[in-house]
Amino acid sequence: MSFADLIALMPLMILAITPIAVMLVVAVHRSHSITAVLTAIGLAGALISLPLTSSPETGQVTMLLIVDGFARFYIGLLVAAGFVAVLLSYGYLQTYEGHCEEYYILMLLAVLGSAVIVTSSHFASFFLGLEILSISLYALIAYPRLKAKDIEAGLKYLILAATSAAFLVFGMALIYAALGTMELTRPATFIYSAAAERRSLPLMTGLIMLLVGIGFKLAVVPFHLWTPDVYQGAPAPVTAFVATVSKGSLVGLIVRLFGQVDIAALGSLFTVFTVIAVSSMIFGNILALLQKNVKRLLAYSSIAHLGYLLVAFLAGGSIGPTAVTFYLIAYFVMTLGAFGVITVLSGPQKEAEYIDDYRGLFWRRPWLGGTFTAMLMSLAGIPLTVGFIGKFYLAVAGVSASLWLLVIVLVMTSGIGLFYYLRVVVAIFAPPPQTNTPKETLPLAGELTLAGLTVVLVGIGLLPSPLLEIIRNMIA
Amino acid sequence: MILVWLIIVPTAAGLLAWLLGNRHPSWSRWISLIALAINLILSLTLLTRDAHLLTITPGGPWLAEIDLNWIPQLGISFHLAVDGLSLVLVLLTAFLGMTAVGSAWTEIKERVGFFYFNLMWVLAGITGVFLALDLFLFYFFWEMMLVPMYFIIAVWGHENRIYAAIKFFLFTQISGLLMLVAIIGLYFVHGRSSGVYTFNYLQLLGTEMPAPTAMVLMLGFLIAFVVKLPAFPVHTWLPDAHTEAPTPGSVILAGLLLKTGAYGLMRFTVPLFPQAAFDFAPIAIILGIIGILYGALLAFSQTDLKRMVAYTSVSHMGFVLLGVFVWNELALKGVVLQILCHGISTGALFILVGAIQERIETRDMRRMGGLWDTIPRLAGVAMIFALASLGLPGLGNFVSEILILFGTYRDSVPAAVLATLGLISATIYALWMIQVAFHGPNKKGWKLPDLSGREAALMGAMIVAILWLGLYPQPVFKTITPALHHLDQTVTRMQIAARAPAKAIVLSETAKRPPAQSVRPKGDNP
Repeated sequence: MSFADLIALMPLMILAITPIAVMLVVAVHRSHSITAVLTAIGLAGALISLPLTSSPETGQVTMLLIVDGFARFYIGLLVAAGFVAVLLSYGYLQTYEGHCEEYYILMLLAVLGSAVIVTSSHFASFFLGLEILSISLYALIAYPRLKAKDIEAGLKYLILAATSAAFLVFGMALIYAALGTMELTRPATFIYSAAAERRSLPLMTGLIMLLVGIGFKLAVVPFHLWTPDVYQGAPAPVTAFVATVSKGSLVGLIVRLFGQVDIAALGSLFTVFTVIAVSSMIFGNILALLQKNVKRLLAYSSIAHLGYLLVAFLAGGSIGPTAVTFYLIAYFVMTLGAFGVITVLSGPQKEAEYIDDYRGLFWRRPWLGGTFTAMLMSLAGIPLTVGFIGKFYLAVAGVSASLWLLVIVLVMTSGIGLFYYLRVVVAIFAPPPQTNTPKETLPLAGELTLAGLTVVLVGIGLLPSPLLEIIRNMIA
Repeated sequence: MILVWLIIVPTAAGLLAWLLGNRHPSWSRWISLIALAINLILSLTLLTRDAHLLTITPGGPWLAEIDLNWIPQLGISFHLAVDGLSLVLVLLTAFLGMTAVGSAWTEIKERVGFFYFNLMWVLAGITGVFLALDLFLFYFFWEMMLVPMYFIIAVWGHENRIYAAIKFFLFTQISGLLMLVAIIGLYFVHGRSSGVYTFNYLQLLGTEMPAPTAMVLMLGFLIAFVVKLPAFPVHTWLPDAHTEAPTPGSVILAGLLLKTGAYGLMRFTVPLFPQAAFDFAPIAIILGIIGILYGALLAFSQTDLKRMVAYTSVSHMGFVLLGVFVWNELALKGVVLQILCHGISTGALFILVGAIQERIETRDMRRMGGLWDTIPRLAGVAMIFALASLGLPGLGNFVSEILILFGTYRDSVPAAVLATLGLISATIYALWMIQVAFHGPNKKGWKLPDLSGREAALMGAMIVAILWLGLYPQPVFKTITPALHHLDQTVTRMQIAARAPAKAIVLSETAKRPPAQSVRPKGDNP
């Protein structure tokens, strides 16, 4: 391992050192604000170190990790999302009566795990990253331990995630048995280049089992069953974190897994992905129609959004990965924004999770109501927002590969999607209830974060071109 | 640059109105009014300054153009341009926008700032739709006008507003998404055949593609536009939306939003897919005639005054669909004039209905009657616009509908005959409305204030406009003729290229027109 390799790994090392430092500080002096600030500094440091590590020859660092433009871009995205989640958590946890310092340590570890996933070039490192992420999430989801729902959500996630991890490991073993290598990109390239008869049963079974594990984390149909309960039961900022960082890292992984081949040529695997995408879009949207709980509604809608994303993923080619990445950024911004609004209105004791809690929000708190509306409009894909450009890009990618079925389903289910986003928007703009609730002050960090997210939402929605250029340069 | 200002001014005014409206509601009214006046003046300068420069350039008779890079990676540019057709529609937007502000003046009492924000953004979106020459940008504006309109209906509407707003939004949004897919499809068809991936309308014109592809893509565009127009059988959102919207919302909906559908048909559907549109024309013409008659029938059977006016829109927009798919210069002129006249006359009727509702707090015609005695001026004005609606000579609607019928007659005599029945049925419902609402004894003993000064001024302006369009529409024709002529030629040329010269007669007839068109390049004759 050379010095250049160490430089390349700097973001990961910062992410690994920060939780240790935070732990030591907590051992000396427990303070919520100091912990939060340290965490934020650590994440910001990792973010700043990213451009410093870019040098032309960096790439493979040992067998396990690859720090290329793609990895750096995705790390940046995940760390930024983690940063936002930390800012949102700070206000949320202020009313929490137990210790809240460990929360930040867990969150840092989860970010580290997700960063390892997108950097991995080997099944071993992928699994390592995944477990760091999952184990932190088990604890984070059940962190407040105040309500039965928290515990239920944590347990549910624990059992299902452990089962899916078992599938994943077994799949890896089968792939190793078939190919004799654990290199991440090998299975896809092998199937792509090999004749049909050499696509042996263990290899295909292994890949399918791998997909089960990944599909679970992505929460696509039919591996989505945990999503609504966990989204509802987890504290709002953790939900935001699960919806973005955890899913985003796996999206990065599948793009890397299949990025070098034309997925349409993979035969049955392509069919499997198509079925997953179509059913995610349809079921996600239809089930969301029935929800009264905003967190559950967003859970189902996030299933649908991952389905949309798979359309561009399946399109592949030169445009596919760019579209996937762009949409992922859009999804991050609007999901963090939407859960951010829920977070600033919630506390560990009482969450604002029902649609009725948002009745008249716009008239009570115009900026917050406006922000939530903007986020929902973006999720629905209305212009002036990044969600519109993102969905447009997905459709372009789909049409470019002539995936008509997927594009039509994308369009039709987006139409359904509008309906439930509008239900929330209608509530936001409805006359406020007469009960005079005392006007609480909202956490400043949370509000500033939301303002920033809204600026990004509209900014990229109006001028997506610079970001597109960056994405193209980084992941090409 | 003027074109950019046309969009920036209302957008900025909307934001300003919102921010200041919380403290001083009247400020937001004045800001909106002034912004629209600026827009009106800006577009008038376009009219006067360039009137003598109306020459046909390779791209068409454009008066002004701006083309900036926006998302070059996907071949998207911020491309706005205005020709005579767009210009009259932009003028209409500013004019009706001002009347909408006028009608909102006293009706909108709550959340004033936010209302004017939405109003101005709808108008900015509509203006953008009329100006955009990049299909992505067009779609962008097309969607941008939806959300504020949704809020206008959902927040300030009448009893059943949420239902109406959601219905309106879903209809237009889903049909819009189909158009988006068609736009992207066209983008790739063009890109694959020419190697240039672009959303530029001027470059996409004349894209060659197999007939089935053209038909599918054409339908994608068509559905979005006929839903907006609206045409039978996708008109069902309109009565709800129009009825439940507050008066200014109805004015914008009927006067402008519907017109974006008509404009889209003329600017995009037919020119981009001339052959497919030609093949589809018989169906569209039949739908147009059904719309004319069915709309009239439904209008006649309403008891809610506002709903009735809404259904007359369905009938009048049937003429537009008919005229567009007959596609000859005469009919197209009629269509543009119909757009203007219907915008003004129906806008005025909605304002009057709003004024009545403000006074007697009902829209039920059965509870009216004898209003002429107590509010003679309002009733008289309503009479004028009802007459306009039924197509009385001397008022604009007569000219436009006659032109469409003449144009149709050339193409198909039965269609023209059937459509003429629409004029008769319009007479019935319009006069019936006047009869029921205003005449008869004043049984209820209504004692109401007549038109206020503000309302009288508003109505005065609209009466002048409709009279002008009826008596001396020549300036409008002078502005739109080059644009329509160019559109017609583009389409005809492509159709001729595609098949035997079936439309040769039309071309030779248009050649007889006044000298303004003699600059037409000679090579176009088949």
